[in-house]
Amino acid sequence: MKSLEELMKIREQMKDKVAIRNGSGDIRVVVGMATCGISAGARPVLNTFVEEVTNAGLADKVTVTQTGCIGICQYEPVVEIFEDGKEKVTYVKMDADKAKRIVKEHLEGGKPVEEYTIGNTNL
Amino acid sequence: MIRSHVLICGGTGCTSSGSVTIQERLQKELDAKGLSEEIKVVQTGCFGLCALGPIMIVYPEGTFYSMVTVDDIPEIVEEHLLKGRIVERLVYNDTGSAEPSVEVTSLNDTAFYKKQKRVALRNCGVINPEKIEEYIAMDGYFALGKVLTEMSPDDVINCILDSGIRGRGGGGFPTGRKWMFAKASVSDKKYVVCNADEGDPGAFMDRSILEGDPHALIEAMAIAGYAIGADEGYVYVRAEYPIAVKRLNIAINQAREQGLLGKNIFGTDFCFDMHIRLGAGAFVCGEETALLTSIEGNRGEPRPRPPFPAVKGLFGKPTVINNVETYANIPQIILKGAEWFASMGTEKSKGTKVFALGGKITNTGLVEIPMGTTLREVVEEIGGGIPNGKKFKAAQTGGPSGGCIPASLIDTPIDYDNLIAIGSMMGSGGLIIMDEDTCMVDMAKFFLEFTVDESCGKCAPCRIGTVRMLEILNKITSGNGEMEDLDKLEELANYIKSASLCGLGQTAPNPVLSTIKNFRDEYIAHIVDKKCPAGVCKDLLSYSIIADKCKGCTLCSRVCPAGAISGTVKEPHVIDTDKCVKCGACIEKCKFGAIVKK
Repeated sequence: MKSLEELMKIREQMKDKVAIRNGSGDIRVVVGMATCGISAGARPVLNTFVEEVTNAGLADKVTVTQTGCIGICQYEPVVEIFEDGKEKVTYVKMDADKAKRIVKEHLEGGKPVEEYTIGNTNL
Repeated sequence: MIRSHVLICGGTGCTSSGSVTIQERLQKELDAKGLSEEIKVVQTGCFGLCALGPIMIVYPEGTFYSMVTVDDIPEIVEEHLLKGRIVERLVYNDTGSAEPSVEVTSLNDTAFYKKQKRVALRNCGVINPEKIEEYIAMDGYFALGKVLTEMSPDDVINCILDSGIRGRGGGGFPTGRKWMFAKASVSDKKYVVCNADEGDPGAFMDRSILEGDPHALIEAMAIAGYAIGADEGYVYVRAEYPIAVKRLNIAINQAREQGLLGKNIFGTDFCFDMHIRLGAGAFVCGEETALLTSIEGNRGEPRPRPPFPAVKGLFGKPTVINNVETYANIPQIILKGAEWFASMGTEKSKGTKVFALGGKITNTGLVEIPMGTTLREVVEEIGGGIPNGKKFKAAQTGGPSGGCIPASLIDTPIDYDNLIAIGSMMGSGGLIIMDEDTCMVDMAKFFLEFTVDESCGKCAPCRIGTVRMLEILNKITSGNGEMEDLDKLEELANYIKSASLCGLGQTAPNPVLSTIKNFRDEYIAHIVDKKCPAGVCKDLLSYSIIADKCKGCTLCSRVCPAGAISGTVKEPHVIDTDKCVKCGACIEKCKFGAIVKK
């Protein structure tokens, strides 16, 4: 080790990888991963969220986790986003591309992507 | 991309209850389900809640599973890791509230962790101790970087002095002053030594730090080296700690590879390297002068002080010697400042202390609390109380060098000076809880037997005196004691304390003295009434059957190994006290509560 900068570089590289162990962040992204969710393609959605959140440097703030069946199986994959002091946002019929946009606009930008939410989907 | 971390305790406690097999099975299940790219399995150090091992934590949820078995693994993988449904039956959920809730959002909400403050143990159960990068991610080696690039050796010593930290290994000597003396000694060569020869029965905090966060020790020893002007360090660790030795070796090699040990660290003139020496199992080698003698390759015997090691230590050179827990605090003090550390604890005892909680207590394990926490908080809140509805009788601190704290003093805030004032001592932090079934005379005898075994034999007061004391205790517990034996015990104890060469002998009589002081009634019951009130000392017990309650089921006579119980079916049985070996097998089997011991 020749300098502090070198040490800092290792810390920065590693920090995101262990940030997950700090437990819950301010924002929780919950992906429905019951049988219905998985068969509708929830796993790529979950993985995209994890990847994009880390790439965007949001790992400290955002926790991505999975849950069981929410009960609206025909709209799977379902993703819910919880944030302290704000109303829960429920996204339905998700896919990886939608997930990317949500990370950018909702998690980074703070503005929910209305067109993907349950209220705007033709039931 | 990893979305979840599964942390499995790889400390000695959980390893012996099978955590390695569990980890292998988990990895296999993950591979089979195609989840190994998404879920990372991490082996960590001790979480502290050893009684409930093997322990597993799943992040990001922070779900805390306890007493996991290999057979639980497929369910955890299928339900939790794949489908996100927490396996409720395995969740440790002692939040102290009446309402059970499945979602433990934070481990810190459980009664066991709520009052704890983890400084020395901060990385134990959090990082993988075999990966230096994970330690660095938790600000590891930044304290070393800071002292080498921004601080002078005097700055470092002043910082440690101002923090008020005192040695965690027993005596409680201010660490900063030790360093100051070693720096002031002029010599061409100096050493930094770590005492990891943790020998007190029941204490295992040093082992857990070595197993869970070995880099903290390496970093701290390098800092000490810079402060006093040493370039070489030794860790003297028990050979009985194989996992700790292995991880420390891995850590030292990784630190060398990264250039954090070796020459010109951080591009400065500072060079430091270190070695491991294994202890051969002698308790006296935990005494600092005996330890240094042992590293030199000689028989581990103490020598008189002064000269203190800070002046004339290892190979006759000035040496700083601290224990593992003390070192584990140092990087935090450097990074967060002396004031931060001094803000925790009491007036003369700063910071936190790790205790190995054991004996008659619900939550056995490792707890780290701010100095000044009361014994009641430790026993009733963190420890979860005494099992089986029994009453708290006393707590033993300081192992064979310490004394007991009776129930009347349960509200004493725990710190160095308070413990000494009530006739005990901090020691290395063993905390053994005793309930009403513990005989205090027997307990004193247990510790004295230990010191008799472990006395190195160099000086007469310790070698002969402790044996004489043990003989008197044996006389008392076998029903042949006389009242003047108590005076003899106290007289001998005082001679041994004042005349012994090292700390082992000087403190060996403490368990006896403190039990005579706090539980004199029990000694008198043994001597005058020839009874053991707790029902422990076999020679003073006799078993008998209450004829009215006995249904003549013959169960007791069938389990009696000595054939001491006779009687016919459906008639009250009788115990022949001459044949009875007082094993208690009959009491355990009797369904009618007809057998009593007095």
